[in-house]
Amino acid sequence: MRKLILPILLINYALVYGQEPSGKAILEKVDENYTAENHRATSTMVIKGRRATRTLQAESWIEGVNKAFTEYLSPAREKGTKMLKIGDELWIYSPSTDRTIKIAGHLLKRSVMGSDLSYEDYMEDPRLSNIYNAKLTGEEKIDERNCYVLELTGKKDDVAYYRRKMWVDKERYLPLKEELFAKSGKLLKRLVIKEVFKVEGRWYPKRMVFKDVLKSGAGTEFIIDSIEFDVEIPEYIFSKAALRK
Amino acid sequence: MIRFLIKGLLRDRSRSLFPVLMVSAGAFLTVFLYSFMKGTMDDLISSNAKFDTGHVKIMTRAYEEMAEQTPNDLALLGINGLLEKLRSSERNIVWTPRIRFGGLLDIPDERGETRAQGPVMGLGVDLLSPESREKDILNLESGLVRGRLPQKKNEILISEEFAKKLGMEIGEVATLIGSTMNGAMAMHNFKVSGTVRFGITVMDRGAVIADIKDVQSALDMEDGASEIVGYSENMYYDDDNMLALTQRFNDQFSRDDDEFSPLMLSLSQHSGMGEYLDLVDVFGGIIVLIFVVVMSIVLWNSGLINGLRRYGEIGVRLAMGEPKGSLYRWMIYESIIIGFIGSILGTVFGLGISYYLQYTGIDFAAMLQKSTMLISNVIRARVTGWSYVIGFVPGLVASVVGTMFAGIGIYRRQTSQLFKELEV
Repeated sequence: MRKLILPILLINYALVYGQEPSGKAILEKVDENYTAENHRATSTMVIKGRRATRTLQAESWIEGVNKAFTEYLSPAREKGTKMLKIGDELWIYSPSTDRTIKIAGHLLKRSVMGSDLSYEDYMEDPRLSNIYNAKLTGEEKIDERNCYVLELTGKKDDVAYYRRKMWVDKERYLPLKEELFAKSGKLLKRLVIKEVFKVEGRWYPKRMVFKDVLKSGAGTEFIIDSIEFDVEIPEYIFSKAALRK
Repeated sequence: MIRFLIKGLLRDRSRSLFPVLMVSAGAFLTVFLYSFMKGTMDDLISSNAKFDTGHVKIMTRAYEEMAEQTPNDLALLGINGLLEKLRSSERNIVWTPRIRFGGLLDIPDERGETRAQGPVMGLGVDLLSPESREKDILNLESGLVRGRLPQKKNEILISEEFAKKLGMEIGEVATLIGSTMNGAMAMHNFKVSGTVRFGITVMDRGAVIADIKDVQSALDMEDGASEIVGYSENMYYDDDNMLALTQRFNDQFSRDDDEFSPLMLSLSQHSGMGEYLDLVDVFGGIIVLIFVVVMSIVLWNSGLINGLRRYGEIGVRLAMGEPKGSLYRWMIYESIIIGFIGSILGTVFGLGISYYLQYTGIDFAAMLQKSTMLISNVIRARVTGWSYVIGFVPGLVASVVGTMFAGIGIYRRQTSQLFKELEV
């Protein structure tokens, strides 16, 4: 009987843990949820600053992982401001000056419209498995939902956040919480998904809160008002000429 | 008696020339160093007062804590109301709002693409109101190199060195890329109306000055300002008055439990400036002290050598029955005359070179290339009332004290030994 104990334990271990997907597989499933051939979305950003709260609305067109175009719709001061990302280049157009400025270098670290998001965040490859190695480190519950805990480490040194800790919903493969760290180990930002919704067969965040922990204020709430996947986007949208239209 | 002493001193040059030269050199150095340091410190304080601290400055409590980062998200709001109250309650102070900002100045080419770009520090000041005194406070008219001062909306002045670096001409458009009060990216087009030389390296490296209303519009700071600065009408800083004003204002407006309530600081309460002011006060004293101690030791030594040289003369005079006290007093009288003449000569030379450097100054621009201090490139001496006496009194005192020490030897001479010594 004693001789059987070890094989039974090994079989049991294999049954229990052999079914667990790897960190890489989990991250790829998250990417599948997040990315699409293309999509168009309207969103609201509520920036809760130290002194006041501001609300901005924007419309975005995104194609794959390399092309993105955003136009701000309100408030009046920001209306008509546009951002264009093509590959690793980013331009911003200001209607009041009729100038298009390339955002590069230290400007990428600047806040987008005073929010807790930076231009660097905007430039990040949305397919995280392309830029991070993932390791499954455990399981935890977030808001009564079972989650995998992933530890992500940058494949290259030049990623905006070298290390990320991600709590991924086991059932929906959607991250419910993220902590973003610098290479030194310092916590830089925190993301909490407060509400999700199912759209065209995939789970997607509806309301999330970004918090730059180095910045004062209560964070930035990002709300997806509407989103459509695999829509037809005219090619001119992703051109510098579209910025001035 | 004095004529007799002067004759003796003139006829025996070894008794007068060296001590006079020593006292002159000491007095000269004291006057010159004091005047030059006074000029340097006054310039530092004046430059800081004009461009940064004012004689008093009002900020929010939260802004004051991080003032070096110019956190405009924590700036004063409702400044028009506050200015109105200040102008009615403190009429002898010139009040003016300012916005400090940083960013990039981007120069477009004919297609609107970036032709040149550089980091810039900016100051939004009241340039267009007819009652504003900012042009005089900041010496903008005298510093103008090309073009003219802003006269219309959205015109800016740019430092000449920065304009040359970016290849900018008068009338060209420059886009300021900065941050709004809310932290969003701000882009605003300005037209360069003129270039200016501030004479302060840190500002000449890259500074722009624009009208505060344009800056408020560019940075989304309607009715807001980084600070309100105040200057006394005569532009003379009186620490006691300003501290009293600060106390009055803070008692009325500032609240510990509200980080956005206004807080007034006087120039001396700004970090480092109080120490500079104290330094100016004590610096004269330090120079005088060093001068008196060092000169006394040198003149003591000189007196001792002189005493040895005049050993025979003193011996004869004592042998002839002259009391030791009388001889000692004669030597002191001599030292007073030497100290007086030396101090006058030293003070005259010291004042001469100090006056010369008050007008011409010394250009330290090459040494201040990486400086972040608000100090003029050309540092000038400043002659004050103190410059006239700061070398004179210690020169006299050092000469007398040195002789008093050296003359003690007279009392050690034994009358019984005098003739024996004289035989030798």
